[in-house]
Amino acid sequence: MARILKKEQWSETIFSMLIDAKDVAKASKAGQFIILIPRDHGERVPLTIADANPTEGWVQIVFQVVGKSTLELSRMNEGDELYSFVGPLGMPSEVEKFDGKVVMIGGGIGIAPIHPIAKALKELGNHVISIIGARTADLLIMEDKMKDASTELIVATDDGSKGKKGFVNLVLEELLATEADNVSRIWAIGPPIMMKACVESAKKFNKPIIVSLNPIMVDGTGMCGACRVTVGGETKFACVDGPEFDGALVDFDELIARQRYYADQEKKALELYKAKEGIA
Amino acid sequence: MAERLKASEKFKRDRVPMREQDPKERIKNFDEVPYGYSLEEAIAEAQRCLQCNPAPCIEGCPADVHIPQFIDKILDEDIEGAFREIKLTNALPAICGRVCPQEEQCEEKCVMNKKGKPIAIGRLERFVADWAREHGIVDKPIEEGTKKNKKVAIVGSGPAGLACAADLANLGYDVTIFEALHKPGGVLIYGIPEFRLPKSIVQYEVDQVKKLGVKIYTDYVIGYIKTVDELVEEYDAVFLANGAGAPSFLGIPGENLNGVYSASEFLTRSNLMRAFDFPEYDTPIKVGKRVVVIGGGNVAMDAVRTAKRLGAEEAIIVYRRSRAEMPARAEEIEHAEAEGIKFELLTNPVRVIGDENGNVKGLECVRMELGEPDESGRRRPVPIEGSNFVMDVDNVIIAIGQNANPIVARTATGVETNKWGYFIADEETGKTTHPKVWAGGDIVTGAATVILAVGAGKKAAKSIHETLSKEG
Repeated sequence: MARILKKEQWSETIFSMLIDAKDVAKASKAGQFIILIPRDHGERVPLTIADANPTEGWVQIVFQVVGKSTLELSRMNEGDELYSFVGPLGMPSEVEKFDGKVVMIGGGIGIAPIHPIAKALKELGNHVISIIGARTADLLIMEDKMKDASTELIVATDDGSKGKKGFVNLVLEELLATEADNVSRIWAIGPPIMMKACVESAKKFNKPIIVSLNPIMVDGTGMCGACRVTVGGETKFACVDGPEFDGALVDFDELIARQRYYADQEKKALELYKAKEGIA
Repeated sequence: MAERLKASEKFKRDRVPMREQDPKERIKNFDEVPYGYSLEEAIAEAQRCLQCNPAPCIEGCPADVHIPQFIDKILDEDIEGAFREIKLTNALPAICGRVCPQEEQCEEKCVMNKKGKPIAIGRLERFVADWAREHGIVDKPIEEGTKKNKKVAIVGSGPAGLACAADLANLGYDVTIFEALHKPGGVLIYGIPEFRLPKSIVQYEVDQVKKLGVKIYTDYVIGYIKTVDELVEEYDAVFLANGAGAPSFLGIPGENLNGVYSASEFLTRSNLMRAFDFPEYDTPIKVGKRVVVIGGGNVAMDAVRTAKRLGAEEAIIVYRRSRAEMPARAEEIEHAEAEGIKFELLTNPVRVIGDENGNVKGLECVRMELGEPDESGRRRPVPIEGSNFVMDVDNVIIAIGQNANPIVARTATGVETNKWGYFIADEETGKTTHPKVWAGGDIVTGAATVILAVGAGKKAAKSIHETLSKEG
């Protein structure tokens, strides 16, 4: 169970893996996530499902190396078994055929989770405009897959090394300046700071925007509240009530503060692992 | 063969105490606090038993353990025999012997109570189970002839699910347990701390249940990967034992500040993920100098004692009623006091105060007084106006109870729940409103005890067997 079928390195820090998980692939819907533990002694790591193939029985995960667990995962190879792999978890995205166009925004590693939602929306006959962005061209992922999952695709990089130059929220504003009347709904997934900026942009045009939150999680099944977020003044558990919420109602500053709580220990764990494995 | 004493001699004997780790030492480690009886101590305690017939202690045991019979085998120095006697009705003796509130169950009914202290039934059960484990005495495999061609699915591998699975496997059913977490055991593995219930022992008892032929699928969340409706299609009977795992929060301002944990998160990090052994294990946990735990039950005691062991200089219980109303076991409160835990009784939190980085720095509380009894019969705590004060704290852990988690229930068509989301099930049989579905343990009663869950699992197994036998 949960064997790594295929591993690809997409940039210096971004990896894709296809995981052998027939039952998860069959049950998963756009917007849901999995939790894995790379090896014994490991921690539970939530990752959004980037793609799933029920016929071939695999689930795709895409992750960026940011700490000990993702570094350890990136060093595992095809054929290796994950210690634990559970899913699908969370509420699926509310996909339907909208009257107007939908805009999908993926920032950095957030392009992976936006992909299955764009794909599902397009399959339902929606006109899908996708905006994908990254810091620089090297970090831009899944461009081809996003092209297939979209009616129109706009690429942007912060440094202008590919596509438009600038942040995705500014690309969104530019688009809404001419298209706002034709847009029914917006999705934005990426770093909280990016999602917060996109929400502000959408608010300017009074457009509904859905975001997918990525707070710290432990069990991922609603048992502990580690992932609690404030939405519209109410406490919600992102793992069972979300991970998707109405962006206009999310307290992003609280989310960002909570994500940083273990920063010291995360750094220590990474340093110790690197020293032990002899990684520079 | 140990000497059989006369009744008059039995009454003269005191209960044999159980040796335990010194409080000054044990607050620095997660090793088990009591050491358990030696063979000599177990025999000396067993000699006090009056061997009543009928035995009132058995009535007090939700698992119907044959208590005088197993104690008599200890006197024969036939510990394997004692183990087999217990195992006839209880699949989890090393666990029950440790965590049951015996003072409210078997030991409360013990006749010796009238003259002195009851027989230490829990300690003897624990001794027998530990001895069997250390001597490699294992369950006998199910005989081929008893196998039945019927399949039962169990949702949840906590005490209710394990007990039900063991009884059904012993009757010859093909049993599969579906567990959401990566390790089986439910609250035994994520909730109760290592120093009360070592996880190696839980793992061992779960392995014994597996040896009966029970299959346990971990990482399998019913409600997501498969619905209850699908289980009903695929199996002859379904037992829902998914517990009451969703934490309650207070709903006071500041509750989402960094450093505020639900007891469930705090204990899951420490017990299941072994954060107490960070960075040897990857999951972090953060405990500052002053930690407040809100609540007065066993979970609150577990959390506050864990905080102390994780290095809190001061670990404090804040409870809104007085000590007499505390729902925690007397033994746990005493253990906490011996470990230097402070108690702020008749005190209720009002607001959590944060610093500029969103971290907890204080807890505003109000003093309470007891008013008229409420619907639970306990005197209702009422705030004393103007008595508010602020405690400087680094962490707040909320241990005020658990709720039903809706993930399972929302995929169970035809299985009715009450207004709190708990399954409606018959107390004696565990039957729900669906003819193929049974339920038991905390997901029926709300958060209760391990042994009540074991009892519910056993009752459901009996009822499932009766129902499936009629079908032929």
